Amino acid sequence: MPLIKNDEITEDPWIAVDDEDSLPEGAPAIVSLARWRAERETLAGRNAPLGIRLRADQPPAEIAEDIDRFQVIALEFPSFGDGRAYSYARLLRERHGYRGEVRAVGQVLRDQALFMRRCGFDAFEVAEGTGVAGWREALGEISVFYQPTEDGRPAAPGLRTAVG
Amino acid sequence: MYRYDEFDHTLVQERVAQFRGQVARRLSGELSEEEFKPLRLMNGLYLQLHAYMLRVAIPYGTFSARQMRTLADIARRYDKGYGHFTTRQNIQYNWPRLDRVPDLLDELAGVEMHALQTSGNCIRNVTADHYAGVAAEEIEDPRIYAELIRQWSSLHPEFSFLPRKFKIAVTGSPHDRAAVKVHDIGLQMCRDEDGAPGFAVLVGGGLGRSPFVAKKIREFLPKRHLLSYLEAILRVYNQLGRRDNKYKARIKILVHELGAEAFTELVEAEWAELKDGTVELPAGEVARIQSYFAPPPYEAFSGATLEIQNREFEVRRFEDRGFANWLRSNVAAHKAPGYAIANISLKPEGGVPGDITAEQMDLVAELAERFGFGEIRASHQQNLLMPDVKRADLYALWQALGRHGLASPNIGLVADIIACPGLDYCTLANARAIPVAQAISERFADPARQHAIGELGIKISGCINACGHHHVGQIGILGVDKKGVEFYQITLGGAADENAALGKIIGPAFGYDQVVDAVETIVDTYLEIRVDDEAFNQTLTRVGFAPFKEKLYAAH
Amino acid sequence: MADKIVTANRLDDGLVVYLNGASGGGSWSERIEDARIAGDDAAADGLLAEAEGPGQEIRVVGPYLIEIALEGAEPRPVSYREAIRAKGPTVRLDLGKQADFA
Repeated sequence: MPLIKNDEITEDPWIAVDDEDSLPEGAPAIVSLARWRAERETLAGRNAPLGIRLRADQPPAEIAEDIDRFQVIALEFPSFGDGRAYSYARLLRERHGYRGEVRAVGQVLRDQALFMRRCGFDAFEVAEGTGVAGWREALGEISVFYQPTEDGRPAAPGLRTAVG
Repeated sequence: MYRYDEFDHTLVQERVAQFRGQVARRLSGELSEEEFKPLRLMNGLYLQLHAYMLRVAIPYGTFSARQMRTLADIARRYDKGYGHFTTRQNIQYNWPRLDRVPDLLDELAGVEMHALQTSGNCIRNVTADHYAGVAAEEIEDPRIYAELIRQWSSLHPEFSFLPRKFKIAVTGSPHDRAAVKVHDIGLQMCRDEDGAPGFAVLVGGGLGRSPFVAKKIREFLPKRHLLSYLEAILRVYNQLGRRDNKYKARIKILVHELGAEAFTELVEAEWAELKDGTVELPAGEVARIQSYFAPPPYEAFSGATLEIQNREFEVRRFEDRGFANWLRSNVAAHKAPGYAIANISLKPEGGVPGDITAEQMDLVAELAERFGFGEIRASHQQNLLMPDVKRADLYALWQALGRHGLASPNIGLVADIIACPGLDYCTLANARAIPVAQAISERFADPARQHAIGELGIKISGCINACGHHHVGQIGILGVDKKGVEFYQITLGGAADENAALGKIIGPAFGYDQVVDAVETIVDTYLEIRVDDEAFNQTLTRVGFAPFKEKLYAAH
Repeated sequence: MADKIVTANRLDDGLVVYLNGASGGGSWSERIEDARIAGDDAAADGLLAEAEGPGQEIRVVGPYLIEIALEGAEPRPVSYREAIRAKGPTVRLDLGKQADFA
């Protein structure tokens, strides 16, 4: 699936590995939480980058201690209306200080792109045919934010006080 | 009242432009209805029985004469010449075209209004006491905090796809006119031992399919922590609220299933991390918003002047029975000497509750400027009010309102019925609510009879979603569909204030042709049985349901 | 099976419409009198399929079948909700189709 990162469609070096399949030799692989739990030792000792995919009912607290072992944490949107991953992304960034890639997977649509960015997502697995022009446009549609998040965008309350 | 600065203006304008793009993509087919629907709902646009319906936000029910004129103009040019004030202090238009809604929203943005988040699984319009700022017993104007919450909740990136809708209400007075106990979050201003103002935090109230009275999860929250605490509650809800079943997805179900204690622990644990963090507002920002709610320049009348005004006032009241009636029910005490709160009833005899024509809107705007400081309020009882009228002007105001059908002397009385649009307008409804309200209001038209009965709230919902708030009516009426025929279930004993209670069903449902008689029987029974000045619920508590059931079902 | 017709709301203005015209034409009318009637299951399935067919997503929203009873040649909805939908609010006889097509 196309991956949008840094506002561009890029090659995705990561391989999503099903629970029953064997991991690709020396290649970056994303596994499920269940697999991580079952094969922690092996996976931890692996000589290649590791990523993890959390379902919408699997909050970051489940991997809190191991967070730095993952270069990618993929958070699922089973439907775009299921907003749990927004909280998970913020917790990863703001509570756990996670600096790796936070990737949105599942039903990932342009009209939620800005919300996702603001919550800390920096990579997006989108449907085939998703236009990056529309994606970029969506990210620029709103320039005023009332709530500070860790995305670096200044929020109105702070800006007002600075000006005054 | 709050005035937009450049940030606020930019946000609403950008949101309209964004929606304009989304509408275009829907019309072209680039967006499917499934993808578009949540986007249009987040802009307050429903698809109802006959047409689209747009719900325009009136933040905490406060708006200006200028805004009212625009609402009137929009009714004329984009709709069919009328609007409807709702049970959450908003206004609805029933006939807008999708392809013209972006233009409509642009015009609203021009007067600092919007339809943001009046629908969808997000934080909705924050409502507040409609007597805010002018009621004597208030601790502080709750609208300051409602405005803070409004901004914090607007396009909140984390909380725009909640399990379900989310409703917050704030009251600054111990007597709760904002129904905080039946909201997802209710904020009740109070003081700590040192007299410092803050909030009691109530969570998990709500009506609908599974009504609940909210649980108090925190006795006292200092004001400065308001937003961090709300963020903690919403974050717990966003993560744990049910996503598998739409009818079990509200926070009231989560609180009920976890238990208030366990839920509170989760919130407090999350809050411990958020407290004093970036979401707390800078003190300067709070002060800035507070300044917009400073009292208007009330005239300071001398004792002598007040006496003269009072005398003239009493003469009018004595001479004009109609005026006296209106004063009794529609005018409330104001904290500034020589002033009053004038309620404007949108429940004329036989009328559609909450509906108002474009002409009437213009008139109210004019009167608000002539007899007030240009401010108008919408209450969640589907009425309007002018918060700052000089007592000396009440007579002229009453006459002007009377000429346009806006002076029904029935606020809080049995003819001040709350009714949802029901099957006449709404896709969710099972039965009609409006004609039942009309028939009841006609039956009880006589003002003397209404005053004899005293305060008594009848609330009618056309389906279990309870937008008519029937659970908290002293007499609640729920329309149901029995094999394609409209029936009405009656509940008794509800209350929406600080003594919040959910009504209980009295017995088998009544047909459309019997429900008005049933209501009259209940009211007459109450009058027979009541002792002294007992309110309806007091009588009910004292005697139970039996006397009412006997009269209602005796003949059947 | 009772006779059925297909109804939906028009996308651009939200008004209630009924599938009408020649079979396969996919056209819509605001007047229930114009609705194309299906007398059996197969025909009803066909109506719905046509209403959901290519190009319809930008004309109408949420098409569905409703039961009607013929009064002479006039289709009358069996359900009370659909009767209201075909006419307009019962409390405002001056609004909706009941007024527009009076």
